Amino acid sequence: MLKIENLHAAIADKPILKGLSLSINAGEVHAIMGPNGAGKSTTGYVLGGRPGYEVTEGSATFNGADLFALEPHERAAAGLFLGFQYPVEIPGVSNLQFLREALNSQRKLRGEEPLSGGAFLKIAREKAALLKMDMEMLKRPVNVGFSGGEKKRAEMVQMGILDPKLAILDETDSGLDIDALRICGEGINAIMRKPDKAVLLITHYQRLLDYVKPDFVHVLAGGRIVKSGGPELALELEEHGYEDVAA
Amino acid sequence: MSALAPLPTRKAEDWRYADLAALEKLWPLAEAEAVVVGAGGHHARAIVQTGGGITRLALTLEAGASAVLHVLNAGGAYGRVELDVTLHEGADFTLGAVQIAGSGETAEIIATVRHMEGKATSRQVVRQAAGGTGTVTCLGKVYVAKGADGTDGEQSVRAMLLDRTATANARPELEIHADDVKCAHGCAIGELDANGLFYMAARGIAPETAKALMLQGFIAEALEGAEEEDHLRALAQQALEAVL
Repeated sequence: MLKIENLHAAIADKPILKGLSLSINAGEVHAIMGPNGAGKSTTGYVLGGRPGYEVTEGSATFNGADLFALEPHERAAAGLFLGFQYPVEIPGVSNLQFLREALNSQRKLRGEEPLSGGAFLKIAREKAALLKMDMEMLKRPVNVGFSGGEKKRAEMVQMGILDPKLAILDETDSGLDIDALRICGEGINAIMRKPDKAVLLITHYQRLLDYVKPDFVHVLAGGRIVKSGGPELALELEEHGYEDVAA
Repeated sequence: MSALAPLPTRKAEDWRYADLAALEKLWPLAEAEAVVVGAGGHHARAIVQTGGGITRLALTLEAGASAVLHVLNAGGAYGRVELDVTLHEGADFTLGAVQIAGSGETAEIIATVRHMEGKATSRQVVRQAAGGTGTVTCLGKVYVAKGADGTDGEQSVRAMLLDRTATANARPELEIHADDVKCAHGCAIGELDANGLFYMAARGIAPETAKALMLQGFIAEALEGAEEEDHLRALAQQALEAVL
């Protein structure tokens, strides 16, 4: 589904990613772990197309298409979802308005008919319930006044409504208490653990992986993947830290 | 200002940012429309100026009266709204104004709110967007007379510049002669939040639509509670799309 080869990327001419290669197939959950400054968030932003993150070498194909040839909104329409470590507040725009616009924009780019208000609301209600989020929250402006945990749950509601093929989730577990972590973890499983979908979890800690069991774990250090393994690698890291593998 | 007055120059504070060439065609101006809201009365109005022009309103609120004024000033070479509001004991005035200017357009609001007696409240929210070579200006003055204690005045003026070539002028002004007064004013001029635009793009919303949505959200506060809120929003939306 996603094939990244020898990816180099820089922010303001400062190289961050230095030869990252990674292949993700449908039905798989991958986790990227690594110390601070390794390039984890940069990986997500580069794949999502954030302005200021420049690809200097290498390639990424997403379901056969050249990912870097697509604008950020086109990547979303192609089925890529980027979960933000710090979801952005958008004053004056309600979650429902935002999501309906997002979903119908994506459908339009895919050549599908727009969803009616009623059909959209039905999906929104269903996904909000899945994440135990009150529909009243979705009537409020995007992320404005939401707690850290509410923002992350709202992200998962967004993911449920937009129904992507590949979700890249950047530290979805940060800022979550134990209950919210479980709810988000179960949400990710319910929405994305399907044979035709894939997930790339970017995280510091093992704890989210207790709920969303990865098939593969990679250690990112110095802008490259220095070690890959199965779920046991995450436990190993939790016990011994990154020093040995990242050195 | 008398209708016979000579054409103002830029030396006059209230005309400093005006489009004087466009003004010349509209000169001389008619006297301001005078509206008096009697004691305890209520007045609500929307001023919609979408093709330029000059609207002048002198509003007096007698004791305990209230007024809610909404303004949409967008489009046309030169659109100007002059408000002169006088508040007596315990009167309550609310202004929600939106101004939008694209290339070759100037939109301005000149508002003076006078708290002549105590316990009157005023709340002004002005939201503006300028694109291309457009100019938006808000000159807002709150005057509190001697003895007008218990005054509560609030002014919030914000502008979004959509292009580096656009201009926003803001001059909030307070003149206070009483002691027990609460007057707050905030003023900000900025650009659309790049993080917000990327967030929207990451959810599949194309850049132009994302900008329009953010601006809609930005101006929403100023149109809240208007009698024909949906209609004003729709007109504002059209004006925004024209400058994006």
